[in-house]
Amino acid sequence: MNIKNFTIVIVYLLLLAAALVPVMVVSAQQPTPSDDQVNAIARKLYCPVCENTPLDVCPTTACHQWRELIRQMLAEGKTEAEIKRYFVDYYGARVLSEPPVTGINWLMYIVPPVLFLGGVYLLFRAFQTWKRLGKDPVSGADKPAKPVVGPEPTIGSGLAASDEYVARIEEELEKRK
Amino acid sequence: MLAQFGFGMFVLTFLLSLFSMVTAVLGYFNKSDRWVETARRAMLLTFPLITLAALTLIFLLVSGHYELEYVYSVTSNDMPLYLKITALWGGQAGSLVLWSWLMAAFASAVTLRKWERDRELLPWVIVVTSVTLAFFLSLSIFYENPFVRWWQTTGGEFVQRMFAPAGAIAITPTDGQGLNPLLRHPGMILHPPMLYLGFVAFVIPFAFAIAALVTGRSDDRWIRLTRQWTLVAWLFLSLGLVLGMRWAYDVLGWGGYWAWDPVEIAALMPWLTGTAFLHSVMIQEKRGMFKQWNMLLIILTYSLVIFGTFLTRSGVLSSVHAFSQSAIGPMFFAFIGITFVTSVALLIYRWKDLHSDVEMSSMFSREALFLLNNLLFMGVLIVCFWGVIFPLISELVTGQKVTVGPPFYQRANAPLFGALMALMGIAPLSAWGKSTFKTLGRALWKPSIPSAIVPLVLVILGVRNWIAMVGFTLIAFVIFVTLFEFWRGARSRQKKTSEVFLVSLWQLARRNRRRYGGYLIHISMVVMAIGILGIELYQTTTQKTLAVGEDIQIAGYTLRYDSLAQFPYTDGRIVTRAVLSVFQGGKFLGELYPRYDYYPSGQLMTIAGVRSTLADDLYVVLVNWENVSAAQTPFKVYHNPLVNWLWIGSLIFIFGFLVAAWPVREADIQER
Repeated sequence: MNIKNFTIVIVYLLLLAAALVPVMVVSAQQPTPSDDQVNAIARKLYCPVCENTPLDVCPTTACHQWRELIRQMLAEGKTEAEIKRYFVDYYGARVLSEPPVTGINWLMYIVPPVLFLGGVYLLFRAFQTWKRLGKDPVSGADKPAKPVVGPEPTIGSGLAASDEYVARIEEELEKRK
Repeated sequence: MLAQFGFGMFVLTFLLSLFSMVTAVLGYFNKSDRWVETARRAMLLTFPLITLAALTLIFLLVSGHYELEYVYSVTSNDMPLYLKITALWGGQAGSLVLWSWLMAAFASAVTLRKWERDRELLPWVIVVTSVTLAFFLSLSIFYENPFVRWWQTTGGEFVQRMFAPAGAIAITPTDGQGLNPLLRHPGMILHPPMLYLGFVAFVIPFAFAIAALVTGRSDDRWIRLTRQWTLVAWLFLSLGLVLGMRWAYDVLGWGGYWAWDPVEIAALMPWLTGTAFLHSVMIQEKRGMFKQWNMLLIILTYSLVIFGTFLTRSGVLSSVHAFSQSAIGPMFFAFIGITFVTSVALLIYRWKDLHSDVEMSSMFSREALFLLNNLLFMGVLIVCFWGVIFPLISELVTGQKVTVGPPFYQRANAPLFGALMALMGIAPLSAWGKSTFKTLGRALWKPSIPSAIVPLVLVILGVRNWIAMVGFTLIAFVIFVTLFEFWRGARSRQKKTSEVFLVSLWQLARRNRRRYGGYLIHISMVVMAIGILGIELYQTTTQKTLAVGEDIQIAGYTLRYDSLAQFPYTDGRIVTRAVLSVFQGGKFLGELYPRYDYYPSGQLMTIAGVRSTLADDLYVVLVNWENVSAAQTPFKVYHNPLVNWLWIGSLIFIFGFLVAAWPVREADIQER
């Protein structure tokens, strides 16, 4: 065999070896993702067709296929974020357990805290008004409290409270005489 | 024939409720006692009439009259008697009948009481209850009639009508579809009636509130009169919610008790305003304040009750629970709109009359803390309401439906509930009227000390989750403070009367039922919180396909797959059942029998095999939606730590409620 033919054979063998490398890589891939790995992602998604059913417990055949799809995507090395994005692209934002923060969905996250803080503010302002009304306009001292309806006394501290009980019990024992 | 009779009774009851409404109004404006008395008697008569209708329907259900569409859809020959009776509320038409029946029952009970002192309120109580009754009856008569039957038209089509369409022949199927197997669980048997009892009972305080508004009464007589009704309504609503949780846990097969499903939230919302109302009226009774706010709260509760029924019935928000879509949605919507607007308009009309001088000089007084309680409950309500209607808004505005799932609710509500727990620990030690940071602090420091040990114990046990730390510390705080209150009161009494301590405790609770019953209920709530924290923060799950002899492991337990069997059961269902042996550290603990039942109607029910202890639940499900065979059986196992404290807490709740609401014999204590 001359040098030229020998070189051709060597190059050919090298190319063959190079072609085998991806095959080796593929077969050296991680084992099939377990049910737990699939469910870890499926439980964060909702069934695209059934109402309000998380994907990990949805009993329909379609959901079974979607879970297998997740398994396959995990085997391909896709991340959770990529898998979620795939489902959102195909089936819409409803597959997520929370609306993505886009467009009108901002409202969803903003409204409750705003309303609650509004309530806190209103309460605070009301307190200030009541405190002001409760004070004598001339001396600035607190107006005497209106008598409380019922046997419980108005003033009580940790120490005086046990006297409160004693007083109440004495009152009731008086009634029973 | 019977069906026509039942329907006739419905129509009569409906006309009678309209009649009592009109005569009550006329009686009020003409100042005629005779007209009002006529209205009262008409109201009273609605109950026997609708009872006849309901009993007719029950009889038709029990005796298998499958020519009626409702009977066909919820019963079948193989069902036992008790299930056929409970099938009354197994479907939409029947549930609406139950609602109307309960409304008539409560309205009649209210009209039976002695009215001498409150004669002027009577006409408007009748008006409100009869309007509500008439509305629900109209739904049954015009939209969801349980007495419609099957016909086959000349065109061969099957239709459901009350009366025969031209040329149609009557069809009588020989068997029914049977009750959805999911509903054949004791929890599901009790859950709808309990919820409805709660919903309907809240109509009574609302009726009295409206009566007080219309007649211009600005005192709190209406609150005192309806105190027991409010308590009872709240009890049933709470029990209904807990039963729903238990049912979901046992039967839905995903190892959870609450999914923040729109229909669950629909029942929670009136409970939130109801609880706020329950606390807020105590301020009005003690200090005469916040009359306007209490009116608003009961109006909100009523609207949320109807809204809750609407969410379950109209299919506007489909969920695991929702029945099929029906035309009653717009009717509900209109009714809620009209009643809410009218009630609020009335409140605005009487706004000035309800004004009271607010004597609140301290943010640490009990009144202030009650207000904080209300603010927090309103906060949870806003989160829930917004989460429920936002998908609708999104669909209307953008055309795209979104899901608002548990993460949103958990994240938003957890701090609010945490704050409420803290309040449960602080408020019992606060005082009415003047109170300062110092006085409150002085009251609090002693019972707080034991709770400070809790975080240390948790750290030693290996707990690192900060939510768990805060949560369990708050729970301990509430328990210690409340027990301290019991101890302190009993000791004071004991000193004076030289009784045995336990007798003092008993007498103390007897003479202050509402207070100490309430304390017990607070304890029950935090005990339930133990279960909730355990399962929410520490639940683990695993799924694996096993061949016989293999095992699956979770949380230190090993479950070995022993066998699989498939066999028919007496009522025609096919049961597929697996046997698993549970080991912990090599020690055999017992067997578990997860199974699924396949019903003749084609419906499937999954029943978990559960091992329950105080510390945790081991919960196994046969994953029947994957392929099942003896060689390859998929199992899903959940480990739910502490979950049984949720159910234990609900038992304590019932006990606490009995203490709080037990009728008192002596009249002088009654008036407190």
